[in-house]
Amino acid sequence: MENNQNIIEVNELQTSFFVGGKEVKAVDGVTFSVPSGKTLGLVGESGSGKSITSLSIMRLIAEPGKVKGGEIKFNGENLLDKSEGKMRRIRGNQISMIFQEPMTSLNPVFTVGDQIAEAVMIHQGLSKKEALKKALEMLELVGIPSPKARLKNYPHELSGGMRQRVMIAIALACRPELLIADEPTTALDVTIQAQILRLMRNLQDELGMSVILITHDLGVVAETCDYVAVMYSGKIVEYADVNSLFANPKHPYTVGLLKSLPRHDIDQEGELSTIKGMVPTPDDMPKGCRFAPRCPFARDMCRESLPHLEEEENGNQVRCWIHTDKWDGPEVNVKHDYESAASQQS
Amino acid sequence: MAETTVNKPAAKPPSPTIENLKTIFKKLRKNKAAMVGGYLIIFFVIVAIFGPLFTTGSPSAIDPTNRMAPPSADNWFGTDHQGRDIFTRIIHGMSITLYIGFSSVLIGAIVGVFIGLVSGYYGKKVDAILMRCMDVLLAFPGILLALAIVSVLGGSLQNVIIAVGIFSVPMFARIVRGSVLAVRKLEYVDAVRALGASDTRIIFRHVLPNIMSPIIVQATLRMATAILTASGLSFLGLGAQPPTPEWGAMLSAGRNYMWDSPHIALFPGLAIVIVVLAFNIFGDGLRDALDPKTK
Repeated sequence: MENNQNIIEVNELQTSFFVGGKEVKAVDGVTFSVPSGKTLGLVGESGSGKSITSLSIMRLIAEPGKVKGGEIKFNGENLLDKSEGKMRRIRGNQISMIFQEPMTSLNPVFTVGDQIAEAVMIHQGLSKKEALKKALEMLELVGIPSPKARLKNYPHELSGGMRQRVMIAIALACRPELLIADEPTTALDVTIQAQILRLMRNLQDELGMSVILITHDLGVVAETCDYVAVMYSGKIVEYADVNSLFANPKHPYTVGLLKSLPRHDIDQEGELSTIKGMVPTPDDMPKGCRFAPRCPFARDMCRESLPHLEEEENGNQVRCWIHTDKWDGPEVNVKHDYESAASQQS
Repeated sequence: MAETTVNKPAAKPPSPTIENLKTIFKKLRKNKAAMVGGYLIIFFVIVAIFGPLFTTGSPSAIDPTNRMAPPSADNWFGTDHQGRDIFTRIIHGMSITLYIGFSSVLIGAIVGVFIGLVSGYYGKKVDAILMRCMDVLLAFPGILLALAIVSVLGGSLQNVIIAVGIFSVPMFARIVRGSVLAVRKLEYVDAVRALGASDTRIIFRHVLPNIMSPIIVQATLRMATAILTASGLSFLGLGAQPPTPEWGAMLSAGRNYMWDSPHIALFPGLAIVIVVLAFNIFGDGLRDALDPKTK
C-alpha cells in the first residue's frame, strides 16, 4: 500500500490570512507527499507559500491566518483533526522544525544545554540531570567540538554555524520521524552551509527520518533532496524526483529558476538570466495560470484559465497547459526554447 | 506578509543575561548619581537591619522632662513632643519604611506582571478587558486610589501595603504587556512552540526571563513612589498608628509644632526625601544601564 510508504501526505491544503476583511490565500490547494526516509525539497521564491505550508503542517499558523481546508495525513492520521494538546505532543517529538535564523531562534537567556534538554524534558519526562546528559549526546551527534564546555555556553557565545548545529540538536533530541527544515542554511556562510547540509544528510541516514527541506536555493536541492516540489504563489507547479527535475524540467517557472542559477561547468557570457516581473501579490492574483504574466510561452488560454496538476506515467506532476492535449500553441520544448522565448519577451 | 520568516531585519540585541551583568555594572559605575543612590540604598538596608542594635533606648520611650529638645549631643536629632528621641525613632523607622516599600512593590509586581503576561501573550479580548481595567486604575490619581482602598479596608500598616500594592499593579501590567508584545514575535518563541511547549511554559520560562530588565527598573522606581505614598497615608493618619515610629506619622505629629520646634518634622521629612531620592536616581541609572541603546 502506498499509504504506508508515505510518512506525510498533504492534500489540497488551503491556508489563508484574513486581513482587513479580505482573504489572502497564501497556500491554495497544495498537495504533496513525502515517502518514508526521503527528503522532499519545497522550492519557491519568497512569498510562494513554502513557509506557510510548513507552519500549517505544524499547526502553528498564528492569527490572522487560518488553515481553511484540506488534510494533512501524518502516519495516516489527519493532523488538522487533532486537539491542541495532542498536537503539542507531536511537535518536537514526532515532527520537528528547524528555523531559518539560528541567530534569533535560540533564547538568549538560557544556556545551550538547557535548551536542548528542554525538548527532552517536555516529551520524555526525564529529570534535568538525565536530560542534560542527553543534551551532551546530541551535541556530540551534531559534531560540536568540546561539547561538554559548549553545554554551558549561551547562544551569543556561539557562531552562526554552531548555533544552527544546536538548533539541529534540539530538533533531533527526541528522534522525530519527520524534520521540517525551513531554509536552514540561508543565513550561513557558504562553507558552513555545506557542512550543515552534510550533517543533516548523515543524521537522516543514521536516524532514518524523513525531511522536508524548504529552500529557494536549487543548488541545495540538487545536493540533498530526493524529490522536489516547486511552488509558485501558493500552488505547486511541478513535482518530480530530483534527477528528472534537473535533467528535464517541465514547467517554464522551473526552467526559469534553473536558468537563473550561476553555473561553473559551462562558460557563460553576458548577464545571468532572470525571470522577468514579480511574484503576484496574493490580493491581486491572475485569473488563469499564476505564472502567465511572467511566462515567455504564455498564450491567451494561460491567462484565461488555470491548468490542473497533471500526473505523468513516472509519477511526476506538472501544472502547465503546454503539457496537455488542450495546448493550442505551437509545439514547445520548454527547456530548449525557454531562452529564445524569454529574449523576445518584452 | 505571507512569508513572515524571510528577510527579517538584523537580530535585536539580546536581552541582558547573567553573562552581561558585568557590562551593565560597568555602565552603572560610570553614572555617579546612580552609584550614590545605590550606595545609599545599601546603607539604608544595613541601618534597617543593624541600626536598632546600636541605638540606646526604645523608640517609644517617653521622657516628659525632655520634651521638644533641639538637637544636641545626647539627642542628635532632638526629641519630639513626648520627649522621644527622634534619631532613635528614625533608625527604627527605617526598617518599617523599607518593609512597606518592598512588600507593596512585591505585591504590585507579582499581580501586575501576571496580568501583563496574560494580556500581552493572549491579546485580543483578554488583552482588551484587562488593559481597560488597568486604565481605570491608572485614571485615579495615585494617592487618591490608595486612600480609597485604605478607607475601605481600614487604617493599618498591612492595609497600606495592600493599597500601595494595588496602586502599583497597572504600572507593572502595562510595562510587562508592552515587553511581551515585543518578545512574543521573536523567532525563538515560535521555535519553542514548534518543540511542543505549552503556553504556560512559553510564558514563564521563555518570555518572562527576557523581560526582566524593565521589570527590575520599574520595581526600583516604584519603591520610591510606594514609600512616598505609604508615608502620605500615614501622614493622613490612615497608615501606621502611634506609637509606631513611621516617618509619615512622625511628620504628621511634628507639623503641630512647626513654628516652635521645626526639627520634629524636619528630620523625618528629610529621611523620606533622602530615601525616595536614592531609589529614584538608582532606578534612573539602572534604566540607562539596562537600555541596550546607550553605550
